[in-house]
Amino acid sequence: MEIRKINADIITDAVKKLYMEMNYHIGEDILDALKNAENTEYSPIGKNVLAQLIENNKIAADEEVPICQDTGMAVLFVEYGERVIIENGSFEEAVQEGVRRAYIDGYLRKSVVDDPIFDRVNTKDNTPAIIYTTIVPGDKIKILAGCKGFGSENMSAVKMLTPSAGIDGVKSFILDTVRYAGPNPCPPIVVGIGIGGTFEKAAMLAKKATLRPIDTSNPNKRYAELEEELLSEINKMGFGPAGLGGNNTALGVNIEYFPTHIAGMPVAVNICCHAARHKETEI
Amino acid sequence: MTNKITLPLTDETIAELHAGDSVLITGSMLTGRDAAHKRLFELIEQGKPLPVDISGEVIYYVGPAPAKPGHAVGPAGPTSSYRMDKYTPALLDRGLKGMIGKGARSNEVIESMKKNGVVYFAAIGGAAALISRSIKKIETLAYEDLGTEAIYRFYVEDFPAIVAIDSKGNSILAK
Repeated sequence: MEIRKINADIITDAVKKLYMEMNYHIGEDILDALKNAENTEYSPIGKNVLAQLIENNKIAADEEVPICQDTGMAVLFVEYGERVIIENGSFEEAVQEGVRRAYIDGYLRKSVVDDPIFDRVNTKDNTPAIIYTTIVPGDKIKILAGCKGFGSENMSAVKMLTPSAGIDGVKSFILDTVRYAGPNPCPPIVVGIGIGGTFEKAAMLAKKATLRPIDTSNPNKRYAELEEELLSEINKMGFGPAGLGGNNTALGVNIEYFPTHIAGMPVAVNICCHAARHKETEI
Repeated sequence: MTNKITLPLTDETIAELHAGDSVLITGSMLTGRDAAHKRLFELIEQGKPLPVDISGEVIYYVGPAPAKPGHAVGPAGPTSSYRMDKYTPALLDRGLKGMIGKGARSNEVIESMKKNGVVYFAAIGGAAALISRSIKKIETLAYEDLGTEAIYRFYVEDFPAIVAIDSKGNSILAK
């Protein structure tokens, strides 16, 4: 079995680049969805808000400044090829260093505090990043990176539904969560949903769902139809762009699912603002 | 229609602002968010003086991104206002006349706004780079140790906002 050696600096540079680019340049899928929303929005204020968001994204890209001041907490899903060995450092520290350099050198906001209850002192470099690693066959490292703002993160929820709740219970919980969030998470939102697994698996699936391009559907037809139905129901709620009224409350609904226990049906709803910043690379 | 308004806000201006009005704001405002609100609130509870006179001021709930060289400020869009709700009535009783943020407010805040004649503006969440163009100069006033969460003074020209809840308690925020 052949081993591939990768220098830690290559990982650091790749992560730094991902974070700077995702913060300056909106994804094409999101930009297309915003333009489409602007065309279909019936509320004059809502239309105006969408035009300003599109303009904002252009300014951010042209000037290479962040789209939003909340440049989030860094979350990375890594598929680590089992034949890779990191030289001159560790994988974990190489990723953290990449995040550190992106946030310091890239004029991104440092939004992480060290202790959640007692001290709440800013770590001043936006670390630690949250890294989920899966070991896979092969000699590549695939990194799917996101930065999560907390205006929307705070509106997210997990519920341990049981099988008798059925599809109606799943829909109700998702729609109730979005309704409760209302104007707070910077609509039009992207809704990431994780169904199945265990308590934490559902939440991780929901996070991963927010990182999937919104112009894609779940490959399972029944879940793809559920995505469509939920998007349509959310857009009937009337919150609209910036929560100031309108028919564009969400740009997309992405569902990921996983086998679960005979007694359970966990559902997690991770709400994301209209920027839905994410980027991936393979090393 | 867009109204141009200047800061500090007069009671007459506040009375003329109605939920749904678009405004362009010129003048100087304070900033403050979670951590600064907590500190101000604790000082008020302890009967101690505040590091900044908030009477007659407008406060913008924001934690700006760092400024690139040549920029006055980094992107600086609004943060969610409801997190300030717990502390807000005490600040309004101290004479704060306006707030700029995003999203809904509690009933307690709205009642306090009516009692004190205060207006709440919504800025567009996520339009941070666009909004920062209207911020011409910033100074640090207090709590520098909080970094982005410090209390700054922003000097703004034609800062775009919408009256979300007026001083009568009328709201355009979708329920």
